[in-house]
Parts: sequence; C-alpha cells; structure tokens
Amino acid sequence: MAKVPVQFTLNGSEKAEFVESGTTLLHALRDKIGDTSPKGGCHQGTCGACSVIIDGELRLSCLTLAETCNGTDIKTTAGLAEGGVLHPLQRAFLDAFATQCGFCTPGMIMAAKVLLDRTPNPSREEVIEALSGNICRCTGYEPIIQAVLTAARANSQNAA
Amino acid sequence: MAIRRGRGVAAINYPTGMNLGGDPTQALVHSTPTGNFTVTLSSVDLGQGMKQIMAQICAETIGVPTDRVIIDTADTDTGPHCMGTFASRGTHRAGNAVIQAAKEARQVMLEVAAEELEVNASDLETDGEGNIQVKGAPQKSISIFDVALSAHFKRGRSISGRGMFLIPRSYPEKETGAMKPSTCYAHACTVAEVEVDDETGEVTVLTVKNIFEIGRALNPKMVEQQLVGGSWMGISHALYETTEPYYPNRDHGGTDFNQYLMPGPGDLAETEIIVLERPSADGPFGAKGPGEMCANPQIPAVANAVFDAVGVRIDTLPITPERILRALKAQAAS
Repeated sequence: MAKVPVQFTLNGSEKAEFVESGTTLLHALRDKIGDTSPKGGCHQGTCGACSVIIDGELRLSCLTLAETCNGTDIKTTAGLAEGGVLHPLQRAFLDAFATQCGFCTPGMIMAAKVLLDRTPNPSREEVIEALSGNICRCTGYEPIIQAVLTAARANSQNAA
Repeated sequence: MAIRRGRGVAAINYPTGMNLGGDPTQALVHSTPTGNFTVTLSSVDLGQGMKQIMAQICAETIGVPTDRVIIDTADTDTGPHCMGTFASRGTHRAGNAVIQAAKEARQVMLEVAAEELEVNASDLETDGEGNIQVKGAPQKSISIFDVALSAHFKRGRSISGRGMFLIPRSYPEKETGAMKPSTCYAHACTVAEVEVDDETGEVTVLTVKNIFEIGRALNPKMVEQQLVGGSWMGISHALYETTEPYYPNRDHGGTDFNQYLMPGPGDLAETEIIVLERPSADGPFGAKGPGEMCANPQIPAVANAVFDAVGVRIDTLPITPERILRALKAQAAS
C-alpha cells in the first residue's frame, strides 16, 4: 500500500512522517515518532488512555487516522512540562497520589487539561463529566477528581 | 414501590501471602562505586508502589537516605528468586528479604569504614544522611561515598548482602485437617449504607466507612491511596463486575470496556478510610499486606445492606438489579 505523507505540530515541534493509509494517530505517535505518552488501552475508543489534544479538542488517538491530522496542532502529556518544571496538572496528580499503575494517567491529564483550558474553575460535577470517558482501574477516581480541582485552584491563584 | 434504605456491616480476616510449597523471596543488595545501593529483586511493582517501599526498607536498614537506593526489579530469568507479586505478599516477603540483605551489606560497609577510620566496626553508626561516624564522637566520620570508593578501589571488598525470607510450607494435620495457612493477618471492617429501588432493583451505595488494620503503614500516603482505590473496587465487585453474569452459562459476558461494568467517577460513594496500626510480629518494620484485603469487606457489607433494605439475601455476585428483582419476586411468591 502506498504510504501517505503527514505533517503536523507535536508539542510545538514540526513532525513529518510517511504512514500507511489507515494508520491510527496512536500508532504513528508511539511507534513512528516515539511519543509513548498516549497509551493503547482498548483500541476501540472506550477507555480514554490514548487521549490527545488536536487543535484544542480532546481526541481519541486510537480512533483518529494519522493522515487526517495533516496541518494540525497536536498536544500530548509528554509535552506538558516546560524546562523541567511539571505542568500544574502533573504536579497535582503527583501530590494527590492520583496515579498508581499510571496507565490511565496521560489520558486523564489530557481530558483534565481540555476542561481547565475552557473552564478554569470547574465544579466537582464538571470534573466528573470531563473525566467520564476515561477508565481507571486502581485509584477509585476520587484522588483524580481531587487532583484536577487542586490544579484548577493553583491555576486561578497564579492568575490572580 | 419505593426507594428503601439499608445498612450492612462486615468484618474480614485476611492472610498475608499464601501457603504454597514453601513461600520464599530472595533479595540481593550491593553498593555502586559511589555509595548508592542497588536492590535486585524478581518481585514486580505493578503500580502498588513496591519500589518505593523496598527503597525505604533498604535505606532504613543500611542507614542512608531513600534516594540513595536503586530498586532493580523485573527480570525473573536472572534475578534472585521470588514466588511472585500476589497474595498481598510483596511488602512482607520481599521486605524481610531486603532487610536481611541490607543488614549484611551494612556490616561490610561498617567494616570498610572501620578500616578507614582505624576504629572498631562495632563503635560506628550511620547518621542517616550518607555518613558513618564514631558513636559519641561524630566529628570522626567518613562519607559512605568515600567508603564505597575505598571498598572498590583500595580494599577489594564488595559491599553487598544476601537476603532470603521463607515461610515454610504448612501441612495439614492428618486427623483434624488443621494447618497454618499464614503467619500474618490483616483485618478490616466496613459499614455500607445503600438505597435500593425495589421497582428497578438498582442499588446506590451512599456511604462506605472502612477501618483497616494493616500492621504498620510503611508509607502512610501510599497505604491510604491503595485503601481508597480498594474500597471503590470492593463496591465494584459487589455490584458491577463479572465476565460471566449467568455462570456457568457464558452468555452475555462482557467482552470489552463497554460491557464490562465498573463504577465511574460519577458513581462514587462517600468514602471514609481509617487506618489502625498494630505492627505484626514477623513483618518488615511491622508491616502486613494491605493489598487485596482492602477490596473485600465492602462486598459482604453491601450484601448485608441490601438485605437490610429489601429483605432478600443475594448470595451470588455481582448483586445486579436482575438478581434483586428475581429475589423480590420469589419472596413475594412464597
């Protein structure tokens, strides 16, 4: 099968790859480009572990074809820390012990980032709604909800 | 037809580890040339935090800061023997093996330091910050960094230790069948409050109050983390999870995350966790295995709460709306 050229911005840097038609963005990111922060959980759009942000929208990279991402701006959890300083969400997840095995964590953080980008001071219900597409086996969710609320408070204090 | 409230209580007694054909775990500890300590294990960190706990245990035993310890797990082909990370045995079995290995390594470390300082090893102590000093004369000291360099490049000593912890197999007595399946038990008690809709059979867990007796909590935050997750998982076992809803018939079993049900972030009960520390006699620094038992007491507590609410005993898990409605129908018919 003919390969298709794909170019996009990943966490601020330009990426260009040849992918086979039908390759998922998840596969392209992990196995071609080497960003393994999105995880392959179910490969059918039910667990949220592969979540990335494409042009500001939360997307499941296991259901997104790489060739449809031409010219887009993609963000993953691997690109959140700046200059060795963790993003407030990453810091909050650590401090709240919101990760155990860690497999769901990058997807959770992506979902939370899109929420906080749009709703800087979310209610508990809004956090739950935002995380409802992401499955966690270990934590019982409560520490994750608390981490997102804590990150939101930290953001609003920095902004004030 | 109405929403009915019920409250249930349950207590459990949970063994740490299993009575296998003997239950061993080994650990090896050695220093790097710069005085860090590597613990080699075949035991695996599944996300429960074993690497952190083993680092704490090794650091405490040798007398160095935790960040001076490197935990190397994962290769069961080449690592020292471990029966595995299961049965809530990791902290207890591997922790005891690490203590033994770290004690031996500490002894060699003190011997090398003694030669450098020209004193008796028995007169030395660690300051917990990376130095070895003479008891009562802390100005006479040497860094563990320098001790390791000396051992490696000057004195030809390996600062290392071997650890082995074995719970021997317990055979049942021929006459009575009595045996000792474990040497160490954790305990827990849960009170659950539920609402049951006797028209739809749906159960909502309102509150779960848990108390866990887990020996000594070697890392209290990580213990809390595991207990909070475990309490949620217990409710999941009680009300949601199964691969075979009509066992032994395999029909309608979940085949993916859409069909295999678990409570999501919107289905959380108000949860309370209390930790009771009663150090165990044979655990590392008094620890027991809190891993699996934390997801157990919620199950009978919820079953008892359902009975309290609507008067039917569901003895098959999970307690689904269908099972409750069938039981209510049978109750009404009898």
